[in-house]
Amino acid sequence: MKEQKEVKLMKGNEAVAHAAIRYGVDGYFGYPITPQSEVLETLEELRPWETTGMVVLQSESEVAAINMVYGGASTGKAVMTSSSSPGVSLMMEGISYIAAGQLPTLIINVMRGGPGLGTIQPSQSDYFQATKGGGHGDYHLIVLAPASVQDMADFVGLGFDLAFKYRTPAMILSDGIIGQMMEKVVLPEPRPRRTDAEIAEQCPWAVTGKRGRKHRNVSTTLELESKTMEENNLRLQQVYAEIERNEVRFEEYMTDDADYLFVAFGCMSRICKKSIQQARERGIKVGLLRPITLWPFPYEAIAKLAPRMKGILVAEMNAGQMIEDVRLAVEGAVPVCHFGRNGGIVPNPGEVVDSLINQFHIHD
Amino acid sequence: MTNEIIITGFGGQGVLSMGKILAYAGLLDGLEVSWMPSYGPEQRGGTANVTVILSDEAISSPVLDQYDIAVVLNQQSLDKFESHVKPGGTLLYDPYGIHRLPSRSDITVVEVPATEAAIASGNMKAFNMLLLGALLKLHPMVSPETVIKGLEKTLPERHHHLIPMNREAITKGAELV
Repeated sequence: MKEQKEVKLMKGNEAVAHAAIRYGVDGYFGYPITPQSEVLETLEELRPWETTGMVVLQSESEVAAINMVYGGASTGKAVMTSSSSPGVSLMMEGISYIAAGQLPTLIINVMRGGPGLGTIQPSQSDYFQATKGGGHGDYHLIVLAPASVQDMADFVGLGFDLAFKYRTPAMILSDGIIGQMMEKVVLPEPRPRRTDAEIAEQCPWAVTGKRGRKHRNVSTTLELESKTMEENNLRLQQVYAEIERNEVRFEEYMTDDADYLFVAFGCMSRICKKSIQQARERGIKVGLLRPITLWPFPYEAIAKLAPRMKGILVAEMNAGQMIEDVRLAVEGAVPVCHFGRNGGIVPNPGEVVDSLINQFHIHD
Repeated sequence: MTNEIIITGFGGQGVLSMGKILAYAGLLDGLEVSWMPSYGPEQRGGTANVTVILSDEAISSPVLDQYDIAVVLNQQSLDKFESHVKPGGTLLYDPYGIHRLPSRSDITVVEVPATEAAIASGNMKAFNMLLLGALLKLHPMVSPETVIKGLEKTLPERHHHLIPMNREAITKGAELV
């Protein structure tokens, strides 16, 4: 018999807060911004400092928040922040430092329409920022793209697990739809926060004072010797190569008999599933590949599917960002077109089907 | 069975909470549910809408352009969403403040004078529950008892004295149809 777990109804943002407490996160630092303010609000309501001892702090700005995360992470604690697009831009300097310091952290971006202060409506236009850098220097974040409230809850634990496994910051790249919508969710089992002894064992690099060691641990990202800095870079690149080998995640949906393929992530993959149903009712066989990790990107999975397709439509709530990675994967084997809406407009399933029909000249 | 519903009106009319109560009742009945608000800079007097899906199958898109049921509470929403009701679907509207009536003949159009009823009862707060009562009378996707059970579970103890009022409003709403 399957164990009956309690099913709750909540927003994606609320699920993040609950999951963070249950994972045993040590600290959350953040500044409110629509459409993710419920993360901080829910944490404040749940008052975890009275139960697990988790610190929840509203900082004076996003710049302060990410540097609090930087400090907390350097001590081996599980610390996180969340924001939305303009706020995440403010964090970019800190994120580059955290990546350079090889510090495990979790950053959540509930994307809204940009550029600039933009709109408060959902968008996916921070794909480049999340997957190609954002901050300066050669670094990567592990980027997870949730498509449901359940994913929002699950990816908190997954993000931290990966971050600690590889000593690198991870990001949940969500959007205003997944953050604001309510769905059923089964929350992860609560577990206690790690003790100082456990942290010392898991994170021998942690900046926790001398503690009987011969040398103090120091976390710094400054290196004036280019030769040493190149070695630091190569060490990072080795980690990234290992992540690319081990951690690519994706979901395939109705690809077995498909003539056309949608590639879409996050909320757009949900919309595409409905589009697939509508297209199939009209006799057009479409399937979906949904990258779950945006970095590392599922190049191989797409390359494998591409030759079986008459065409690929990359559907994104942006002007064409992930399509560059899809084209790299496809290497010209089949035509790759783009469907996008910008600035906070959420497309409906019918629009995507129309775009497929028009761009590939399909006559149904 | 899948019900794809949009509830749309002014901010402050209880549009989002009506959707939430419906979604929570669906959850208690073991259905798949999704609740997707338009969360713009809505405020009292602005427009607000919410898409609620109740289904016995997994829900794909929380965002829709065609609905089985539209619950429409002002003129702007009627103008915008009448054409988005699926043929054979239901348009339920409150005639208060409506001067251009729905014109489609391939859908079921139901007038529910909930504002009038709420004013008459001297309790505007019951407005959205009157509508929910009417909706569930037309489409019994969840039972009124489940809705009440949901309220008992989600409302803080200090608001439980309001439950009989809500129960009454649901019953009264059903009579408006």
